[in-house]
Amino acid sequence: MLQFLSRRLLSTIPVLLIVAVLVFLVLRLTPGDPAAVLAGDAASTEQIAQIRKSLGLDKSVPEQFLIWFGRMLTGDLGESYYYKTEVTTLIGQRLEPTLSLALITITIAVLVAVPLGVMAAWRFGSWLDRALMSFSVLGFSIPVFVLAYMLIWLVSLKLGWLPVQGYKPIAEGVGAWLYQLILPSITLSVIYIALIARVTRASVLDTLGEDYIRTARAKGLPEAKVLMRHALANAAVPIITVIGIGIALLIGGVVVTESVYAIPGLGRLTVDAVLARDFPTIQGVILFFSVVYVLINLLVDLSYVFFDPRIRY
Amino acid sequence: MISMNARRRALAALGTIAVAGLLATPGARAQDTQVLRIVPHSNLAILDPIWTTAYMSRNHGYMIYDTLFGTDENGKVKPQMVESWTESPDHRLWTFKLRKGLEFHDGKPVTGEDVIASLQRWGKRDAMGSALMQFVSKMDAPTPDTFRIFLGEACGFMLEALGKPGANVPFIMPKRVADTDAFKQIDDYTGSGPYVFKRDEFKPGDKAVYLKNARYVPRNEPPSGTAGGKRVYVDRVEWNLALRDAQAQVNALKKGEVDIVEQLGFDFYESAKTDPDLQIPRYTNAGLQYMARFNHLHKPFDNPKVRQAALAAFQQEPFLRAQVGVKSLYKPCYSMFICNTPYGTTAGSEVQAKGNMRKAQELLKASGYDGTPVVLMKPTDLPSIQKLPDVAAQLLRQAGFKVDLQAMDWQTLVSRRAKKDGPDKGGWNMFLTAFNTFDVWSPIANPTADTRGEKSGWFGWASDDKVQELRNQFMRATDEATKKDLADKIHVRMYEIGTHAPVGEFDQPMAARKNISGFFITNNNLYWNLKKN
Repeated sequence: MLQFLSRRLLSTIPVLLIVAVLVFLVLRLTPGDPAAVLAGDAASTEQIAQIRKSLGLDKSVPEQFLIWFGRMLTGDLGESYYYKTEVTTLIGQRLEPTLSLALITITIAVLVAVPLGVMAAWRFGSWLDRALMSFSVLGFSIPVFVLAYMLIWLVSLKLGWLPVQGYKPIAEGVGAWLYQLILPSITLSVIYIALIARVTRASVLDTLGEDYIRTARAKGLPEAKVLMRHALANAAVPIITVIGIGIALLIGGVVVTESVYAIPGLGRLTVDAVLARDFPTIQGVILFFSVVYVLINLLVDLSYVFFDPRIRY
Repeated sequence: MISMNARRRALAALGTIAVAGLLATPGARAQDTQVLRIVPHSNLAILDPIWTTAYMSRNHGYMIYDTLFGTDENGKVKPQMVESWTESPDHRLWTFKLRKGLEFHDGKPVTGEDVIASLQRWGKRDAMGSALMQFVSKMDAPTPDTFRIFLGEACGFMLEALGKPGANVPFIMPKRVADTDAFKQIDDYTGSGPYVFKRDEFKPGDKAVYLKNARYVPRNEPPSGTAGGKRVYVDRVEWNLALRDAQAQVNALKKGEVDIVEQLGFDFYESAKTDPDLQIPRYTNAGLQYMARFNHLHKPFDNPKVRQAALAAFQQEPFLRAQVGVKSLYKPCYSMFICNTPYGTTAGSEVQAKGNMRKAQELLKASGYDGTPVVLMKPTDLPSIQKLPDVAAQLLRQAGFKVDLQAMDWQTLVSRRAKKDGPDKGGWNMFLTAFNTFDVWSPIANPTADTRGEKSGWFGWASDDKVQELRNQFMRATDEATKKDLADKIHVRMYEIGTHAPVGEFDQPMAARKNISGFFITNNNLYWNLKKN
């Protein structure tokens, strides 16, 4: 296990290096000048040139890369051109809203989707199964922003139950934190409920046809026990994989939801940085996302051991 | 002994109380602090309003800094920090006395030394400031509450420059801050304005917080433009920087989660107008101007006759109808210096004002246009101007131009427009933008009136010695009649050479909850004098 862990952690180094080089080069090759963005609409070409110089953008690309890369090796992701704040500080500020949203969303999704998927597999071909499949299609098809606006209209504007927008840090109270995040989490969870429920259904359906399920039933075990202990436990690996991927996607890709609900998370930070050509922030955030993806994948792989004793590292 | 049912009921009650407590929002709790919650038009990133011309930084500056002079709603310059001033008969020595009671947020008095350092820094960054500094031979502060400006030769725009309402505004900072290199951003946000910036609560992309400056002594006059009394009736102003989706802004306003949306989308204007909880306060009588800028360095717009043809094609109504849509919010105006402002004139604008498509076609034919395509840049992510290039492309095609309409995001556009290369090498021929009217209403401040060619400050690099000569005369003119006459002549010449095409003026509506009062004509987004009932 330790060897596997070390090997996996070591393998992340070339991944991160490749990501770092690619991100740096792609940003320099795309059109757009951070200095022009910073200078404002009425700035002169001379002012833009002066800003470019002050940011070190007048240096050659290899020179810029070496400076950035050298700093990165010491854990310094640089300072945002746009916000004049350390990129690590910016990521730190935006991490809590994004993690909170991801956590609540995935909790709702798992709590709803796994039982639904198991039930659908158990009652394969029934109205419940068909209803779940229809819901899945709907969940995949409906754009997040459409669902968000519909929920805001109904839950916030018509019924007045929940706020339209905003985020409260957990330090201001769990209640306030949860109150702000319920609606965005429900909005986001719909697609994950659809995804996890489908995977759960398919996976459980597979295991329900296995000999050991027939044996368990023949032994006279209650159906709930058969489903939970034997079917679901053996179907867990693909479900855990999907949940893991879901968490990784939620941390890196909830831009629309963060925009509609005005949640100052990492997704919004990334979009702002891209629009402002804030190179250090884009580079820092993408590297951070890469680390998150690698770590979550690792955790998912490790979790297989607990769900399937046949897997050994 | 308590029965099982009673115990269950008690537990249920306790549970309900606990959940209610958990879910109780801070908003539901009694709050004594009066907070004005504003959704600004964009994100606030740069906190140094001298370092950038970004409007958000300018608005942040107005919150925390004060100015020597202000410009009222009619464009008249009025004293603000200055109590009185004298001008020598030869117009070369200006002596200013500061108002009593002016203090920075740290409690230190505002002195002439602070003013001089602030003006020096501003003069290195701002176009009008650097024009003024060409005349300045010396500045000193003979007493703490006095400063003097000595000029090498007389200039006629001293007060206009010191009271300049548009970016870069000559905000007054403490000397220790203003001594910062003009090309580096400041990191101390001590001002003497009506609000104090809460640096510790500032989260870029999330929120900016300002507290009422209890030390601030407002003038006695009513507020008007950037002039008059800056009275603050709320304890705290919060700018919601995260709420940038137009529909979400309106939803939050309707629900009462925010008090003011600074820039209401035109699509939401009618619904907000009829909402019983909302108001569309009038805060501007000058608004903004859309303009199409030609690149004078490259074919086809290096030929003034071709620019004349484009001007004749650019009737303003189609632009305004497509982009704004709400008739009451726009007006065609063929003044490059904005209608109904001190130098507003339509002299020489006939080629556009009385132009039509037939005329445009004739002019283009006579110009010798060789069919070079016009590379027209269209920003796809800026709803406030994104329809204009489509209209421009259509009008140009009708006039006989070949048009290469290139879609890109706004930041690519602003980067690309700074390139002087030919359109085939990543350059451009035309883009459209919008300016706050007070950024263009003076021939000195208006960036399109700078016609120094490639040395020129603003993209498009128009070149014309005659405009430059007239601008020089304008800067030196000391009486209003002469200045107005010169502004007319500059305007005529700008139309002759076709520096750019103004394509209409419009008011950008703001929306607010009905319980907010005290709005006044600012021609800007200024947040004093407002009460929350």
